[in-house]
Formats: sequence, C-alpha cells, structure tokens
Amino acid sequence: MKSAPIHYAFRQALVEAWAGGAGLLLPVGFFGGTVVLVPFSLGDSSALLATAGPGVLWLALALASLVTLERVFQADLQDGALDLWIQEDNLISLIAAVKILAHFIVSGLPLVLLTPLIGLMFQIPAEATVTAMAVYGFGGVSFFLWGGVAAALSASIARAGLLIAVIALPFYLPTMIFGSLAILEDGAGTSDLFLLASTLFALGVAPPFMGAALRLAAD
Amino acid sequence: MWTLLSNPHRFLAFARWAVPIAYGLGTIIFAASLYRGLWQVPPDEMQGGDIIRGMFIHVPSAWLCMGLYVGLAVASFVWFVWRHELADVAARAIAPIGASYTLLCLVTGSIWGKPTWGTWWVWDDPRIMSVLVLFFLFIGYIALRSALETRQRAARAGAILAMVGILNVPIIRFSVDIWASLHQGPSVIRAEGPAMAAVYMTPLLFSFLGQILIVSAMVITLMRAEIFTQQADRMLARRLGGQ
Repeated sequence: MKSAPIHYAFRQALVEAWAGGAGLLLPVGFFGGTVVLVPFSLGDSSALLATAGPGVLWLALALASLVTLERVFQADLQDGALDLWIQEDNLISLIAAVKILAHFIVSGLPLVLLTPLIGLMFQIPAEATVTAMAVYGFGGVSFFLWGGVAAALSASIARAGLLIAVIALPFYLPTMIFGSLAILEDGAGTSDLFLLASTLFALGVAPPFMGAALRLAAD
Repeated sequence: MWTLLSNPHRFLAFARWAVPIAYGLGTIIFAASLYRGLWQVPPDEMQGGDIIRGMFIHVPSAWLCMGLYVGLAVASFVWFVWRHELADVAARAIAPIGASYTLLCLVTGSIWGKPTWGTWWVWDDPRIMSVLVLFFLFIGYIALRSALETRQRAARAGAILAMVGILNVPIIRFSVDIWASLHQGPSVIRAEGPAMAAVYMTPLLFSFLGQILIVSAMVITLMRAEIFTQQADRMLARRLGGQ
C-alpha cells in the first residue's frame, strides 16, 4: 500500500486548517470564549467552578468536535480526492483515520494546551488539571472518531451539521461517562483505563466504517 | 423458510394471510392479558400497589424496543452483505416502530417511577439510560435515511449506521452500568423482593406474546406498503417511458 497519499492527506488537513482562516487562533478563540461564558452561566463561586469546570470543558470538547466535522470530508468529495482514494483497498479507511487525527490536532488539542491556564482561572487543583489534560487528550480522539463516522455518512448531504450531531451523540456517551468519572476519581479508580479502552475501540472500529461510508459518498 | 420469503412475491402472498392472523391473534392475547392484569391480579404492596398493573405495558415495551433494534441491525447486516432488497425494506419498516416503542417504554417507565421512586426521571438508572440512548439511535437512523436522496444511498448509509450502533450498544450499556454503580442516589430504593410471583408472570408473558404478534403485523404491514410503493414507482416509470 502506498503511504504517500496518507502523508499528503495528513499534511493537507493541517495546512488547510492553518491557511483557511485564523489557524490555531480559531479553536483557541472558541474554547476561550466558552470558558468566559462558563462563570456567567454557572455563577462565579470558585468552589463550584473548581468542581464543575473540568466537566464543562469536557462537554465543550465534545461539542467542538461536532462544529467543524461537516467540512472534513466534503471538500475531498467535491475536488475528487475521494474518488482517487477509494481506488485502492483499505486506503480510504486509513486516510479517514489520519484526517480525523489531523482534525483533532487542529480543533481538539488546543483545549488540552489551554487547560493549565483555564485551571488556574477556575482554581482547579493542579493534580486535577493534569488528569483533565490526559482525559481531554486521549478521550477527545474517540469523540472525533465517532463524529467522523457520522460526518462520513453524511458527506454527500448539504448542510449536514445538525444531522451529524444527532447521529454521533449516542456514540459519545461511553467516552463522556468514562472521561467525567476519570476526572472525578482523579486517578483513584479504573475509569481512566476504561476511557483508554473505549478510545482504542474507537480507533479500531471507526475507521473501517468511515471507509465504507466514504465509498458510499463517492459513488 | 427465510430464503423462501426473500422473494417479494412469495413474501406478499405470505403477508396477505399472516398479517390479519397476527393482528387478530395478537389483539386477543394482548386484550386477555390486559384484562387479567388490570382487573384480576391483586395489587402488589412491594411495588406500590395498583401501579404494578403498568408493568404489563411497560416491561414488554422495554423487551420489544431492544429486540427491534437487534432486528434492525440484523436486517441491515443481511442487506449489506447479500443485498437482499427485502432486508432493507424490513429495516426501514422497523425503525419508526422501534422509535415509538422506545418512547412508549420511556413514558410508561416515567409514569411508573413517579409513585414508586418519587420522581419522574433519574439519571443514574442504567435501564433508563440505555433505553434513552436506544431512542436517540433510532432517531439518528431515521434522520439519516430521510436526508439521503436515493433509496440505494439511504439503504447503504442506514445499514452502516445500524451496524456501528449495535457494536456500540454493549459498551453504552456497560458505561451506564458503571455510571449507576458510582451514583447510587437515595431516590432509587428498589425493593427487589423475591422473584416475580406467577400470578404476575403469566399475564406479563402473555402480554409480551400478544405485543410481539402485533408488532410483527405492524412491521409486515409497513413492508407491504413499501413493496407496493416500489411497484407503483416502477409502473409509473414504465408509463412515463411510453411502454
């Protein structure tokens, strides 16, 4: 199997995110804006912010994965790249996984990097901040993968934003639960391992289904 | 039997007599079990008195909505692998009925929860959560199918979604179990008590049997309607083509 198209797809996804808009500023702005809204919606009691903050950010990450998923595969469908990728067996699944990973790096990872700063602002204890970063980093991948399945299924549908959310949200539930429990337990329980397991499951299962869905979109 | 019925014409011939029989038999059995359940069975003190009578609707609906999702996934798999048109027709017919049954299960469960648990809704009961997720899975499936233009595309996309869904159902169930085990709220005081008495079990099973028959009849009716629609489309296309 050729690896050049995979490299190319990965680089292109990153370059597009960087060039088409404000680059990293956009997701950082999104998470920053969400964080600013949190104290005004929950109240500014620091005890409440310290306990609810990590969970709210976890939700923000789940929603952020949905906001931009619509665009991930539609451009490839329109410029014909999909038609080339489906020529070869299994290539499309790998490319889909790589593109979703790039998408996570662009619109999910900024939250992980912002977490120490947000933790400081919300007065979240340092250990809890570290746990939250690990949860966002590993668990976020599984959000983006399941969202990717929904995006691939609706790649040929115009204005599919809400549809993607409706399809993907039930699949977010296990990751959501394991992640928030891991944050609550703070390393004392086994939920972090379950979170890792569900992310690995998504890594194994989601790409073939994304591939099948993209083949359908390209037909 | 299944390969025999995979031919739409033989299926229609089978449906012609199977549907009325299933409806009739199902209605009789269901009505009889409801009569026993609503009037003859004694109220159960452990489950909050007369509210136990809701069980004869609620519990079969919970079993049925799970069974219907499995049926949706199996039909999708059969269509995806062997491209039997009838399997897709079945999947398409099952979806709205399954969604209605999950809704019925949630609503009746909520009504049952109010007097026994003291609240309409709890977030830490794994059964409520799994049925709720099942409802969203059905809704997503219907939404995806209706958003795709051609039947073939809708069938393929729906089949992929149903197969991913059934793979995730055990994990969702496991995760809500874990969630519930860590969050034992005071509202959920369930007196499990001894195993269910036969006086309740018999009407419950008969109610289940009756509802299975009615649901099968509904699914086959929708399948028939779908096959007739396709035949009408083909006839219209021939007419328009001038043949």
